[in-house]
Amino acid sequence: MKRALPFILLLAGTAAMYLLMPYNLAFATRILVMGIFVLSIDLVLGFAGIATLGQAAMYGAGAYAAALFAAHAWAEPVAGLAVGAAAGAVVALLSGLVLMRASGLTLIMLTIAVAALLAETANRARDLTGGADGLRVAFGPVLGLWEFDFIGQTGFCYAAAVGACVLGLLALVARSPFGLSLRGLQSSPARMAAIGAPVYPRRVAAYTLGGAIAGIAGALSAQVAGLVSLETFSFTLSAEALVMLILGGTGRLWGALLGTVLFMFAHHYAAAADPFNWLFAIGALVMVVVFVLPGGLLSLPGALKGGRHD
Amino acid sequence: MTLLLNIALDGIAYGMILFLVAVGLSVTMGLMRVVNLAHGGFALMGGALAHWAGADLGLGFWPALACAILGTVALALPLERLVYRRIYGFGELQQVLATIGLTFIVIAAVNRWQGSALLPVPLPETLSRTVDLGFRTLPAHRIAVILCGLGVILGLWLLLDRTRFGIRLRAAVDNRAIASAHGIVTDRIYMATFGLGAALAALGGVLGAELLPVDAYYPLRYMVLFLMVVAVGGMGSVTGSFAAALGLGITETAARYLVPDMATFAFYGIVILVLALRPQGLMGRIA
Repeated sequence: MKRALPFILLLAGTAAMYLLMPYNLAFATRILVMGIFVLSIDLVLGFAGIATLGQAAMYGAGAYAAALFAAHAWAEPVAGLAVGAAAGAVVALLSGLVLMRASGLTLIMLTIAVAALLAETANRARDLTGGADGLRVAFGPVLGLWEFDFIGQTGFCYAAAVGACVLGLLALVARSPFGLSLRGLQSSPARMAAIGAPVYPRRVAAYTLGGAIAGIAGALSAQVAGLVSLETFSFTLSAEALVMLILGGTGRLWGALLGTVLFMFAHHYAAAADPFNWLFAIGALVMVVVFVLPGGLLSLPGALKGGRHD
Repeated sequence: MTLLLNIALDGIAYGMILFLVAVGLSVTMGLMRVVNLAHGGFALMGGALAHWAGADLGLGFWPALACAILGTVALALPLERLVYRRIYGFGELQQVLATIGLTFIVIAAVNRWQGSALLPVPLPETLSRTVDLGFRTLPAHRIAVILCGLGVILGLWLLLDRTRFGIRLRAAVDNRAIASAHGIVTDRIYMATFGLGAALAALGGVLGAELLPVDAYYPLRYMVLFLMVVAVGGMGSVTGSFAAALGLGITETAARYLVPDMATFAFYGIVILVLALRPQGLMGRIA
């Protein structure tokens, strides 16, 4: 029962968003997309311990791949998701082969540089991507059955279904021997190498899987919005998603989701009132979490009980 | 030939500006090993103070510059005491996050104080002229920046390599516990060095404003640029940052002259190439 509780809460929360904000479904859908993206960072950073500030590289690659595939080949969204996932995985694999040899600050810098390079590529390839104007694409009905509608009901349900699949997949990965070996890599690469685990290939594999999921999130964002812009590659997106993850708590799937929901709601309402106060609030919040609650909000109950937070 | 001269001249000028805005970070991040994403925040403080002193108080350029540097140091020292002292021992990712949080707060504060418009600092007569070099003209401001960059690298080299303070600083960075056991007051050394980094950030923010204009979002817009210069140069090496800034500046300028569309590619391409081949940076020591 205790294990099922988060799932029930999540289901109830998603249903509540659908019922309580029927005219704000576009925003609710953005939360879902962002949740998937933050989960991908959680896999890479929270599980495998790969510090990254450039996850947007794969998000953007997925978004542009899905949009271009729909515009030039087939407008069916689920196929587009597969293309987006493949694009994210390819970008992550190719860059990961170089990046995963680095660590610490160099690694962070390299991830930023890769995202910046892709953003510049998309900016220059104006004929293909529309450059700074963005790329507007119409997608066909999901699985040939459900048209994207004006209020965004289809988009929301579609995003919720994709999110559930990704979450299920990651929950499986987290419990698999592969997931456990990633946790081991995070704690001590040297010891993992000593017990015979292939450190470098595992890191590349984790980065590639995370890239595929980020690609799915990007493709999803393109499909529900019908628009891809250079923002999908931006440093700000990577940094904001990282902040969401830290708020909730790294290394736990629920932490990623909790952080996303809190951040997105706070952003939506506070930024509407005053964008700069919002920046102040989020800055202060991040510092409080880093200094006082390194395990994120999810570790709060344990910390209050006086237990050690990990 | 003229083309080569043009590339060299503009490249060096651009590289010097890169060096000036990044050298403060090279001190805090390179020497003190704290991943200081808030570096741009200190440069913004400097730019905003200089704008305030120049435009609102009506001071001249030089008093405004002095006001910017002193004001930034006055703000940085308490911050070091309250915030950074606790950050030193963190892992890299926690340092990144804490300093991003600090950056957001600085942006919000500057915006509340000065608004989100550009914060220009009026140049004095002597710097806004152009100088005729025979084959072309160059703004006097650029020449001043080049000289200033050379002065800063020379001064830092003297300070770090030739003074007692420099020796103590390097000892404290290499092994804080042992240095402290030798009677070096490492807390004070760290505080002074952080103040130096903030002062250099303010100087770079004001002097570099011609090329990298200052507004409230300055820290976020140029954060990546600063970080790249220091990472390519190598941690723990001010000379490395100098070489990296000049190299990147000349590369990007050359690309801008020869293949304008590829300039940004050239910049990031070189960054990735260098870091992939030498993860510790051009002149960094292997940690």
